[in-house]
Amino acid sequence: MIHFDYIRVSTTKAAVDAIVKDSKAQWIAGGTNLVDLMKKGVMAPDKLVDINNLALKEIKKQSSSLLIGALALNGPVADNELVRKEQPLLSLALQAGASAQLRNMATVGGNMMQRTRCPYFYNPDMPCNKREPGTGCGALKGFNRMHAIFTDSEKCIAVHPSDMSIALVALDATVLVSGPKGDRRIPFQNFHRLPGDMPQKDNTLERGELIVAVDIPDNKFSKNVHYLKVRDRTSYAFALVSVAAALDMQGSTIKDVRLAMGGVAHKPWRLPEAENFLKGKTASEAVFRQAAELSMKGAKGYGYNNFKLRLAPTSIVEALKAASGKK
Amino acid sequence: MAQKKSFNDQQDDKHYSEGRRNFLKQSSLLTALAITPPYLLKAAESELDEKAAGYFEKMPLSIEINGVNHKLSIEPRTTLLDLMREQLALTGTKKGCDHGQCGACTVHVDGNRVLSCLTLAVMVEGKKITTVEGLADGDQLHPMQEAFIKHDGFQCGYCTPGQIMSAIGCIREGHANSDDEIREYMSGNICRCGAYPNIVKAIADVKKGGQKL
Ligand SMILES: Cc1cc2nc3c(=O)[nH]c(=O)nc-3n(C[C@H](O)[C@H](O)[C@H](O)COP(=O)(O)OP(=O)(O)OC[C@H]3O[C@@H](n4cnc5c(N)ncnc54)[C@H](O)[C@@H]3O)c2cc1C
Ligand code: FES
Ligand code: FES
Repeated sequence: MIHFDYIRVSTTKAAVDAIVKDSKAQWIAGGTNLVDLMKKGVMAPDKLVDINNLALKEIKKQSSSLLIGALALNGPVADNELVRKEQPLLSLALQAGASAQLRNMATVGGNMMQRTRCPYFYNPDMPCNKREPGTGCGALKGFNRMHAIFTDSEKCIAVHPSDMSIALVALDATVLVSGPKGDRRIPFQNFHRLPGDMPQKDNTLERGELIVAVDIPDNKFSKNVHYLKVRDRTSYAFALVSVAAALDMQGSTIKDVRLAMGGVAHKPWRLPEAENFLKGKTASEAVFRQAAELSMKGAKGYGYNNFKLRLAPTSIVEALKAASGKK
Repeated sequence: MAQKKSFNDQQDDKHYSEGRRNFLKQSSLLTALAITPPYLLKAAESELDEKAAGYFEKMPLSIEINGVNHKLSIEPRTTLLDLMREQLALTGTKKGCDHGQCGACTVHVDGNRVLSCLTLAVMVEGKKITTVEGLADGDQLHPMQEAFIKHDGFQCGYCTPGQIMSAIGCIREGHANSDDEIREYMSGNICRCGAYPNIVKAIADVKKGGQKL
């Protein structure tokens, strides 16, 4: 690892100022992604601003939402009574990510900011438009087994790796940020972005904007939820495809539904067509299959990841079956 | 024969001059440090928070490891794992992958299991660290150590310190209620020898014993 400076800050303002002042400074929270990337030489900030002393760890019930501080740790959030009772889908998605040790270090803010696991991004000797714009996408015609099947640009076919974010996009969460120009709220759906012409930008945060919390509106998804993660081993591996499914059931009628997929795009991939189709229908495998097919419009394989074109719809059906209790 | 420099050569030149510049910068800093009166350094150290500490190259660090207080001076880039193994001769904690992928480096920070290879030592200022060396009480092994021996929970032993630290965390966190749950919550510890079945038995046994860990 290269040399870098290190400072601690204890207020949001100091955290923001430190980053605005120094264009090569970066915040560090749990460090589980940043330290790894610095060891690999993929990222090389000249100063780390440690934000762990900020008072952003709390999980609070609001009048009609659940507010989770950006520095709350992934493991404790997954185990939190309020989260398990009110937003069990989030708890399931968190538990499916990384390992118990990593979840004891990783923060909610850091989790949504984690970079892609694309091997071309991770290897500074390889071309990668995300790491070094203009060098090309190594994965496009290379080893792209983990890669996207939905994209708006072939400049980058990397996928966003976070499990937590798949649940948060399904649950219509909002990201609260504080920056040099003040505070703002970003709908989770608009937080991450598709690569377009700027694959180097994973999300819509501006320089100096600090995530302070995520806010999840109250909902009726406390019972019929499932997070299905398909991966190369049963645990401690990134998703090939994952599906977050939340249903509000009345008998076997689907009153309301949220669906999102991971491992298929540069951002957490919400499935609005399938949701609209399912609303009001009677739950059955045939209906789930139709919803899954609707979700695959515009999907495209790049060779090694062609299997995802079948794996994704099958996973949607399985997740819906598990969430609805229809075996 | 005069040849145009290849792209790679130019790169090397650039690295070389950058390296040299950094070296000069650092060595002049060291000289500056050496001639700075100690009381000034002390005053500066006490105000390190919220100030650029990098100027000093090394940062003060006080931590407690296995009940022993250490006052150290370290580079910000030193991981907790490297600090313990290379500077404090605490080699019980193992380095497997150095990238968070194997669990060999698992230790407890304030009682919680974490990976020391992805922990910058400066970030655990003021915290209490426990490693496998800190588990036994004199000659009396920790119940988890006893259980690993009783159930033959290892072969080569390389992953074992990490497994044991993680196993204690697994029970403390309340996630050792069935063999399946143990497997899931121990999945961050890879065992190249495949001692998994006996590791699960050891943990289930300690859990059944009900001692406070
Ligand atoms: C071996 C391994 C396996 C893993 N498996 C999975 C998995 O299966 N699923 C999964 O989802 N994840 C997985 N992860 C990734 C893990 O979840 C992330 O590394 C972690 O969530 C990052 O959080 P952190 O607090 O450690 O972030 P850091 O490493 O501290 O920071 C990451 C980035 O976020 C920025 N940042 C941090 N906090 C804020 C904030 N409040 N506001 C703005 N920017 C901020 C930092 O500047 C940095 O650029 C795995 C990681 C490893 C090492
Ligand atoms: S050495 Fe830390 S996880 Fe492998
Ligand atoms: S005992 Fe050899 S690696 Fe686990």
